[in-house]
Amino acid sequence: MLELQHINYITEDGRKILDDISVSIEDHFVVITGPNGSGKSTLARVISGILSPDSGRILLNGEDITGLSVTERARKGISYAFQQPVRFKGLTVKDLMSLAAGKEAGVPELCDLLSEVGLCAKDYIDRELDGSLSGGELKRIEIAMAFARNSELTLFDEPEAGIDLWSFQKLIRVFETMVKKTDGNILIISHQERILDIADKIIYLRDGRIEKYGRREDVLPEIMGTAGGACSVLTEKMKEE
Amino acid sequence: MGAIEDNILKEVAGLDALPAGAYNIRTNGASSARQTTANIDIVTKEDKPGIDIRIKPGTVNESVHIPVIVSQAGLKDMVYNDFFIGEGADVTIVAGCGIHSCGDADSAHDGIHTFYVEEGAKVRYVEKHYGEGDADATGKRLMNPTTVVHLAKDAQMVMETAQIAGIDDTLRKTTADLADGAKLEIHESVMTTGTQNAESEFSADLNGEDCSCNIVSRTVAKEQSRQHYTSILNGNNRCAGHTECDSIIMDQAYVLATPQLAAATTEASLIHEAAIGKIAGEQLIKLMTLGLSEQEAEEQIISGFLK
Repeated sequence: MLELQHINYITEDGRKILDDISVSIEDHFVVITGPNGSGKSTLARVISGILSPDSGRILLNGEDITGLSVTERARKGISYAFQQPVRFKGLTVKDLMSLAAGKEAGVPELCDLLSEVGLCAKDYIDRELDGSLSGGELKRIEIAMAFARNSELTLFDEPEAGIDLWSFQKLIRVFETMVKKTDGNILIISHQERILDIADKIIYLRDGRIEKYGRREDVLPEIMGTAGGACSVLTEKMKEE
Repeated sequence: MGAIEDNILKEVAGLDALPAGAYNIRTNGASSARQTTANIDIVTKEDKPGIDIRIKPGTVNESVHIPVIVSQAGLKDMVYNDFFIGEGADVTIVAGCGIHSCGDADSAHDGIHTFYVEEGAKVRYVEKHYGEGDADATGKRLMNPTTVVHLAKDAQMVMETAQIAGIDDTLRKTTADLADGAKLEIHESVMTTGTQNAESEFSADLNGEDCSCNIVSRTVAKEQSRQHYTSILNGNNRCAGHTECDSIIMDQAYVLATPQLAAATTEASLIHEAAIGKIAGEQLIKLMTLGLSEQEAEEQIISGFLK
C-alpha cells in the first residue's frame, strides 16, 4: 500500500506543482488522470524518488520512504516506466532487460516478456537501445522492463504515448493480463478511456490537487462531464479524435 | 612463460592456451613461440626487428595471433610487422600488446603494422592494448602503435582497437589508402584514467571509385586524463566517408576532438560527427529505478558505451 501525506512540490521559480496531496492507494489498478500540467508526472517522479517533495511524507506498506534514494526505493519494490524512454549507446535490449529482472535474462524469458509488448525477441535482444530504435519500439521495451521487475508497485507514465493504435489494443490486453497475474499494484498515468475503463479506482488531478478519487464507476462519469466547462469547440474536436 | 605473461596473454588476445592456427608470441623483444600453417607463413625480418606475415591467396577461415608481452622494466621494444594478405583471402588477425611494469624505469612498445590487402581480400584485425603493474612500480607504460593500411581493389578491412586500462601515454596513428570499391571500417574504444594521455590520429585517402571508410571512436576520459582525437578523410574520388568520435568526459579530464574532412571532387560524400559530454543524468536515473546504485549505473553505462 502506498500512502501520500500532505505532499507539496514547488519548482525553483516558485510554481506550486503539487498542492497538499494526500491519498492512500491500495487497489490493484489505479489510474491517475487529469489535464496537461496538472502535476501527474511530477507526482510519479516524487513517488519514485527522482524528485524530493518540499513537504509531506510517502509511506510504502507503512514504512516512511520519503528520505530514501531512487535506488533504495527501487529495491523496496517501486518500478517506474518513463513517459520518454532513455536511450543508451552500447547497452542492448538484453542488457537492460537483465538489469531490470535482476538476473541474466535467457532467450525464452525475453521472448515471453517482449512478445507481451508485441516485439519478437530474436529481432531485438541484441539491438542497442540507441537511435536505431524507433520511439514506439523504445516505449514497448520500457514497458517490458517494468514488467520484468515484477514489483510491488509499478508506475507507468502514459504508456500509450508514442504507441500506434494497433499496438495500443494489445497494450490494453497486456495491462489486463498484468492485473490478473501480479500481486503488485499498478499505478498508471493515462488519458486513455480504454485504460480508465479497466481501472479499479481513478485519481483525477487538477492544478496539483486531487479533485476526485474513487471507484471508477463513480469518478468516470463525473470527469467525462467536466470537460463541458472548458472550450466547447475543443472538446467536440477531442471527441471526434 | 610465467603467471604474469599468461595473464597478459589472456588480456590482450583472450588466450588461455596457445591458439589454433598461426601465431607468433613476442616476449620482451624476442619471438618466444611461433607456429605457421600451410597457408600462413611467418618469417623473421632480417634488416630490422619484426616479422612478415604472408597469407596465401584464397585462404579462408584462418586466423593469426601475434601478441606482444613486455614484462621487463625499462624495455623499449620497437617492432615492424608487415602483413601480406593474398587475393580473395578472408582471415582474422589478432594483435595486441600487454605491458607489466615492475620497476621504476619506463617500459615501451612501439609497433608499426603495415597491411597490404590484395584484391578482394577481407581482413578482420583486432588489436588490444593493456597495461598493468606491481603496486610499487613507478615506471610508466608507453605504447605508440602505428597502423598503415593499403587496400587494393574491392579489399575490405575491419579494424577493432581497444585500450581500456593501464597505458600511461599513447599515440596511435592509423593511415590508410583505398582503391576502387575498397572498404575500411574502424572501431576504436579508449578509456583513460589518472594522468594518462591518449592521442589517436586517423587519416584515410579515399582514392578509388566507390570506396568507403567509416571510423567510429568511443572514449571515456576519467580523472585528470587527457585525450585528443584527430581524423581526416580525404575524398579524392566518388566515395563515402564517415567519421564519428563520441566521448564521455568525467571528473577533471580533458578531451579534444578534431575531425576533419577534405573533398577534392563533388562526388565525394563525407560526414563527420563529434560529441563530448558527461553521462546523461537520465541514463543514471533510469538504471537507478532498476535498483542499481549510482556507481553501478555508471559502470554499466561506461562498459556498454565502450563495448
